[in-house]
Amino acid sequence: MKLLDSLRFRVAALFHHSEMNAEMEEELRSHIEHRADDLERSGLSRAEALRRARIEFGGLERVGEECHEAAGGNLGGTLFRDLQFAFRLLRKSPGFTVVAVLTLALAIGANTVVFAALNAIILRPLNVPRADSLYSIHRISDNSANWSYPNYLELRDRNRSFEDLAAFNILQAGLDTGDNPDRSWLLAVSGNYFDVLGIQPHLGRFFHGSDERGPNSAPYIVLSNAYWHSHFHDDAGVVGRVVQVNKHPFTILGVAPPSFHGTILFFNPDFYLPMVNQEQIEGTSVLNARANRWIFMTMGHLKPGVTPEQAGADVNSISAYFEKAYPKDFAHKTLALARPSLYGDFLGKPARAFLTALMVLAGLILLAACANLGSLFAARAADRSREVALRLALGATRTRVIRQLFTEAVLISLIGGAVGLWGSVLLLRWLATWQPFPQFPINVPVSPDTTVYVVALLLALFSGFLFGSVPVRQVLRTSPYEIVKSGSRTTHGRRITGRDILVVAQISICAVLVTSSIVAVRGLTHSMRSNFGFEPRNVMLVNTILDMAGYRGDAVPAMQKRMSDAIETIPGVTAVGLVNGAPLTNGDLEGAIVFREETTDLKPANAAASAVLFKTSPGYLRAAGTSLLAGRQFTEQDDKNAPPVAVINQEFARKVFGSVDGAVGRTYKRRDGTRVQVVGVVEDGKYENLTENTKAALYVPILQSGTSDTAMLVRFSGDPQQFAAAIRGKLHELDPGLPSFLQTWSDALGLILFPSRVAAVSLGLLGIMGAMLSITGIFGMAAYSVSKRLRELGIRMALGAQRREVLQAALGRAFRLLAFGSVAGLILGILATRVLTFIVYQATPRDPIVLAGAVVAMSLLGLLATWIPAQRALRVDPLILLREE
Amino acid sequence: MADQAQILPGTLDLLILRAVSLGPLHGYGILLRIGQMSGNALLIEQGALYPGLFRLVRQGLLKTNWGTSENNRKAKFYELTAAGRKRLREETANWNRLVTAIASALAIQPEEI
Repeated sequence: MKLLDSLRFRVAALFHHSEMNAEMEEELRSHIEHRADDLERSGLSRAEALRRARIEFGGLERVGEECHEAAGGNLGGTLFRDLQFAFRLLRKSPGFTVVAVLTLALAIGANTVVFAALNAIILRPLNVPRADSLYSIHRISDNSANWSYPNYLELRDRNRSFEDLAAFNILQAGLDTGDNPDRSWLLAVSGNYFDVLGIQPHLGRFFHGSDERGPNSAPYIVLSNAYWHSHFHDDAGVVGRVVQVNKHPFTILGVAPPSFHGTILFFNPDFYLPMVNQEQIEGTSVLNARANRWIFMTMGHLKPGVTPEQAGADVNSISAYFEKAYPKDFAHKTLALARPSLYGDFLGKPARAFLTALMVLAGLILLAACANLGSLFAARAADRSREVALRLALGATRTRVIRQLFTEAVLISLIGGAVGLWGSVLLLRWLATWQPFPQFPINVPVSPDTTVYVVALLLALFSGFLFGSVPVRQVLRTSPYEIVKSGSRTTHGRRITGRDILVVAQISICAVLVTSSIVAVRGLTHSMRSNFGFEPRNVMLVNTILDMAGYRGDAVPAMQKRMSDAIETIPGVTAVGLVNGAPLTNGDLEGAIVFREETTDLKPANAAASAVLFKTSPGYLRAAGTSLLAGRQFTEQDDKNAPPVAVINQEFARKVFGSVDGAVGRTYKRRDGTRVQVVGVVEDGKYENLTENTKAALYVPILQSGTSDTAMLVRFSGDPQQFAAAIRGKLHELDPGLPSFLQTWSDALGLILFPSRVAAVSLGLLGIMGAMLSITGIFGMAAYSVSKRLRELGIRMALGAQRREVLQAALGRAFRLLAFGSVAGLILGILATRVLTFIVYQATPRDPIVLAGAVVAMSLLGLLATWIPAQRALRVDPLILLREE
Repeated sequence: MADQAQILPGTLDLLILRAVSLGPLHGYGILLRIGQMSGNALLIEQGALYPGLFRLVRQGLLKTNWGTSENNRKAKFYELTAAGRKRLREETANWNRLVTAIASALAIQPEEI
């Protein structure tokens, strides 16, 4: 109670500082008046009595201060005065203040942004109840979590580790509310999905496991909150409304809460639909296909007391049983539990590695900034050594002087931190609404939360104390007598000081950043120009999902043919091809396992190769720009009635037939035993991503395989915008209700290049920051060394020294440190870029341009940083200098 | 001045509490009262009084009120709180014990040991 009172008093004292001051002043004045009354009574005049009373009383200021201290306002009062003093000092040197605040704002801002991303993507658990025990099941070999629907059901019922197991797949569909169909993204989910996750509806109700009664039995959808907001304008009346999904009627059951976006962190689906109705969305049913690993992911909460390892063993034994029970349809691969939010380690591992690396780099930048400001600060403290000495001589304690220094440092860092936080919050807000790929509902969920603000505050305080502590030793060493007696201090001489090491360290850090960002940018430009096995330039991708417009069966190829024919008539179009999925545009390509002709037991383990499968029209190879090395392309005659044929790539030929020569004309077996004749061989390419190893690929005629989900490749020459408009016009003529999405192939590659782009941009930003830090560091050091040696320089000039000699004397040391730091940083940078090769395709430090670029960048930086001090050194007027002393 | 004793460290608080125990007083009044109580033998520097007063207020031993003084001037009056009264009793007892102990220590004769 007492403690609380005392605390309250202190806090009140802190806040009512001025009020207390006024009261105290009044009390002391009243005292003096009373004393003067007494003196007046003894015969003095009023004026004289007052004067005498004041003298008797002594220093009002001192008494006031002592009273403050006694009243508990001690800490606050001193702090307040220190702050006032610090403000005055900072206002007196705006250059220093601006440099310091900007440096810290950049450094702390960078750290805040990176930490916010780390926090949002890695540290923060998924926004569902009991996220701790939520796990998904992944194959260790490729991190995939795919299952076929029958196997999912068995897995769900057989396992003894999960409370329940939910499943979902990501699909696209046309959602028609009466106007034009809208291309939307949905999650086809198991009926128990919301119950497994423990999500409660925002509006209406969710569907449950009990709603599933066989194929197409649950024509219900649940809208995501964002979609409800943007397409239904928060209309509570949507519950119960019937909408068309791919021309099938579905009833809107409810709306999901705003905080729920499914369980994939980056992906925001538009609505949720029971997967038993999958056939209505995709046209053909996969619910009984045990070999079709159609489900994207299964997940559930572990039962209490079950560890992920135990659950892993459980699902592995079930998977082993599947292989025994269904040898034709299932090959067991070792499974493990992982977190669903980043698709296990598939995205989780690179994201973790990248963000951790970024965090380390940002931390290094902050340290460099602190080192930098520490030396600037120490230089200022040295400039103020006379003042410090005077204060010490007048009886200030060293603690008091040091506290003053820290107040100044922390004040700067807090201002810098506030500016940095403000900037980073703006950046994060923008990032959170940024949609990197217009065709996917993907965004970066990095909104800052309390943790981020606290971390930013702690970083600011930490850096304040860190760089504030640099001049402490200097103050402790200060001897008032020496300094006041002898004027400015004698110079240090040639020995290497801690400050030099700081400057070298930050120059090296900067050089590391500059080198690695140049490597990243070079890698990126390389990968843009490398050979993909196709030519993405001047190709328009036209995505039409005919399902969405209700095309089924034979209507699909007929419509595809009509679309190709119509588009071919547009002037400037040189080739039109159809493919089920263009390479390097989505990570989810179809695959097929193939067998040698002589293989008779067609089980997965006996497969000769697993190939990426492209279902293509005759014009595809020409439209894609993939070179045919041997044999022929498909023709219109390769249709359902003709014998099955295929075009393969070199890798396929090597794997299945041993060599490329003579592969044409040979046959392989499909899974169903059908023999397929190879009619052509094309060059290898990149199919899923740029860093993949060469994969076997297989092209089959679209007329022999049939798919309604096609991308049309239109090779053209001319302006992409105009072509897009022309193509849209043609499609509209054919079917006004057909949803389409157009994009140039180069733009579509953005998805694949995204990680490298992010890496290059982030490194570039960090590099720019590192450069700014180095500039301020060298600038501070050079300016300090010039101002310390102004007198010496003046004398040298008076004695006839040349400009070059003056510069050498003034800045030689700064340049030597710059050279040393750059070389050290360059070597470290080249070592560090080994890490980069995991993210950026073809990132290599063994590249003359990298070396030259880094050297040029560092020299420019040095020139920029020493420009002003050099000018100052050259402008020294010996006469003025000598007169001053 | 020579006949005025410097007060012992730590006794200022006790003197203030005692002075105020006889009735509410303002700062200058406390000074006068202490002088009066000690027959002008104890000198308290005017400036030293106020930090002491503030300390006692902070400890909850004194409470303050603004009022009008006998000179018809606005002044801040101090008076004892219950805690202050209790403290005065304790401190007085302590002081008396101390004085007795020191006095007997000083008065002791070699043969008595």
